[in-house]
Amino acid sequence: LWFVVCSFAVNMFKGQINPSQVFPFPSVMNEEQTQFLQELVPPVSKFFEEVNDPAKNDSLEKVEDSTMESLKEMGAFGLQVPQDLGGVGLTNTQYARLVEIVGQHDLGVGITLGAHQSIGFKGILLVGSPAQKEKYLPKLATGETLAAFCLTEPASGSDAASIKTLATLSPCGKHYILNGGKIWISNGGLAEIFTVFAKMPMMDEKTGQMKDKITAFIVERSFGGVTHGPPEKKMGIKASNTAEVYFENVPVPIENVLGEVGGGFKVAMAILNNGRFGMAAALSGTMKGVITQAVDHAANRVQFGSKIHTYGAIQEKLARMTMLQYVTESMAYMISGNMDSGSKDYHIEAAISKIFASTDILWLFPVVCIQGSGVERVMRDLRIFRIFEGTNDILRLFVALNGFQDAGKHLKSLQKALKNPLGNAGLLAGEITKRAKRTAGLSTGLTLQGSVHPELSHSGNLAVKAIEHFGVTVEDMLLKHGKNILHEQFVLKRVADSAIDLYAMVVVLSRASRSLSQGHASAQHEKILCETWCIEAYDRIMKNVKDLKSSSTTQVFKNMKAISAAVVENGGIVAPHPLGF
Amino acid sequence: MSRVLVGVKRVIDYAVKIRVKPDHSGVVTDGVKHSMNPFCEIAVEEAVKLKEKKFIKEVVAVSCGPTQVTETIRTALAMGCDRGIHVEVSGKDYEAMGPLQIAKIFAALAKKEEASLVILGKQAIDDDCNQTGQMTAALLDWPQGTFASEVTIDGEKVKVVREIDGGLETIKISMPAVLTADLRLNTPRYATLPNIMKAKKKKIANMKPADLGVDMVSRVEVLRVDEPPTRLAGVKVETVDDLVAKLKANGTI
Repeated sequence: LWFVVCSFAVNMFKGQINPSQVFPFPSVMNEEQTQFLQELVPPVSKFFEEVNDPAKNDSLEKVEDSTMESLKEMGAFGLQVPQDLGGVGLTNTQYARLVEIVGQHDLGVGITLGAHQSIGFKGILLVGSPAQKEKYLPKLATGETLAAFCLTEPASGSDAASIKTLATLSPCGKHYILNGGKIWISNGGLAEIFTVFAKMPMMDEKTGQMKDKITAFIVERSFGGVTHGPPEKKMGIKASNTAEVYFENVPVPIENVLGEVGGGFKVAMAILNNGRFGMAAALSGTMKGVITQAVDHAANRVQFGSKIHTYGAIQEKLARMTMLQYVTESMAYMISGNMDSGSKDYHIEAAISKIFASTDILWLFPVVCIQGSGVERVMRDLRIFRIFEGTNDILRLFVALNGFQDAGKHLKSLQKALKNPLGNAGLLAGEITKRAKRTAGLSTGLTLQGSVHPELSHSGNLAVKAIEHFGVTVEDMLLKHGKNILHEQFVLKRVADSAIDLYAMVVVLSRASRSLSQGHASAQHEKILCETWCIEAYDRIMKNVKDLKSSSTTQVFKNMKAISAAVVENGGIVAPHPLGF
Repeated sequence: MSRVLVGVKRVIDYAVKIRVKPDHSGVVTDGVKHSMNPFCEIAVEEAVKLKEKKFIKEVVAVSCGPTQVTETIRTALAMGCDRGIHVEVSGKDYEAMGPLQIAKIFAALAKKEEASLVILGKQAIDDDCNQTGQMTAALLDWPQGTFASEVTIDGEKVKVVREIDGGLETIKISMPAVLTADLRLNTPRYATLPNIMKAKKKKIANMKPADLGVDMVSRVEVLRVDEPPTRLAGVKVETVDDLVAKLKANGTI
């Protein structure tokens, strides 16, 4: 029984191309939505240019009270809440466009808003009952109450399933009693409404044993027993409040269970998945702002008798920044477009976009970072983006393992088919032909022709070749390691990095193709961005593919494991000092 | 005391770097960011404030031009105007449109809508004419309070503090009247997203200048548009005697 998985990323792990979500570049807003968004952009931009003071917010280590008030009046706290519940009712694409403006000007404000609506009360939007939505969303939309997402604990960060906050049913059966402590909670000191994840012992029907399952709850500070610690002193996003939140015998009415009892982990993942594209959107705005400053500096600064933008070293930096911004922005709007079109199949791409946006952004800092120049603050603000909402290390594993899982299923069904070749002649014939062609070095017929603009056909071919090689590598890794691939993190990281580069190639091919087809004034410039990106990404992917096949790389992994074991055992550096003391 | 007409003009945004068209017939407007003339924003703000203070019942935002000007009207609606009127002018008529034509349109509308006040920005930042308000008042034979930095309604009269070269002048004029807004009159509010949403439900009526009996023929022809000459480098001199000598040498004195 075949059903078509539309996600481009899932298919590329199988060495297949499903272009439906990536070509043409999504254009999902109708005329009314476009017009509405065009009216929203100027006042929001104006507010952030003229009223919000990011330097002040940073030095006060909070968003100025008057700014918070204005943001609430502006409707910034309920952008995706439906209009009939008091919000602005934006689609994901519209939300991304506004969040981009915030990202361009003040990431501290961005996190305050994001912690509130992108994750803080997103659960209510996604899985809340009508009664819960009616009760909580109106005040959250106006910012009368603020929200916070409470998952992380001192002993449970990436390992979210291991949380210990406990929920036990009261004797009267009308409340759950919540006990535990959460850390690193954005808006923890400001929020009135908390989405809290706690474990509950539940009867497993299959085994008859008690098992801990996680449940999500809507907890009001007014229930009593909710306290918080002082604001954490941070290096960056200082304006955002981060605090510990403690729950001591908090009575939570059973009506406040969010989603299914025992289904909390899924709720948490759904919330995080759903909000991830927002980060890529915000960071694409941040990059835009920094690039403007970098260009201004490079175009005016004179050293050794010439403006520094005439020097190759600076030209490379400016070019790279521009390409990174182009890719990030393209990913953000492709994903938001897919989500708005109803796709349920975007979690790998969303994870890829978050990793991409937050990893390479440090390329953007060749400019002088004097305190108070604004750019210095941005640099401090950016560090957290690799860590929260799923560390990039974990997300890489997620991308690779999800991709492997689907590819593995495909492989399994092939192996099954091999046991009954006559009954599966068609499937096998296709596979045999494909492999024979591959072995002979011929193209397997995979193509992006018809999707990619003719002027980009060379780059399109690079992408196709990369997908073919990538698919083969994935299969080889599965055949080599089987289920143990789960533990081969050196492999998983390289597979994930290749997947990220591949998706990036396809995304810019799609965007640049659209610009060429529509005859934009910038189409030729975008063509160069696309081609350059594809050349370098292809090289990186092929290097990863080669490394994963090579025995010297396997040796390198073994060596790294040994080095790590040695320093761990020694509590630090092992090699004695060159001076002998 | 019922209705106020406010004029809003769509102009090239103040932050844009203006470029002259290669044929010197005007400036490049295609693909360039446009927004509401800043003095019109101040006019809208004043009208909305008067309504909030209950001196007037209805504020009508008016703009003349092609379809794009409806964006500007909608911004005015989001700031609190009750309804809009779009007077459609396009093509050559739009390019040739100037204060006289606009004044005629506003005079006709003021009569048609039985307005008690017409509030305009003192001038537009694209042509800097500073004529429309004055011409409108003259065509209507209404009193005018121009360069207003403070407006107070007192029964059937309006007290206007005007910014003039010598300082401030306070006058009292009878309504109906025409006012033009100067910089210090007020600080325009930011359109909030909920207000932009509400504005979508407000009505914008369409009409043509002919419907108002206005002839759009211009008596002015623009011959040529040029950028200001690039400023030449100056010359530094050491002493006053040197300065006098140089000025004599180039014929200035």
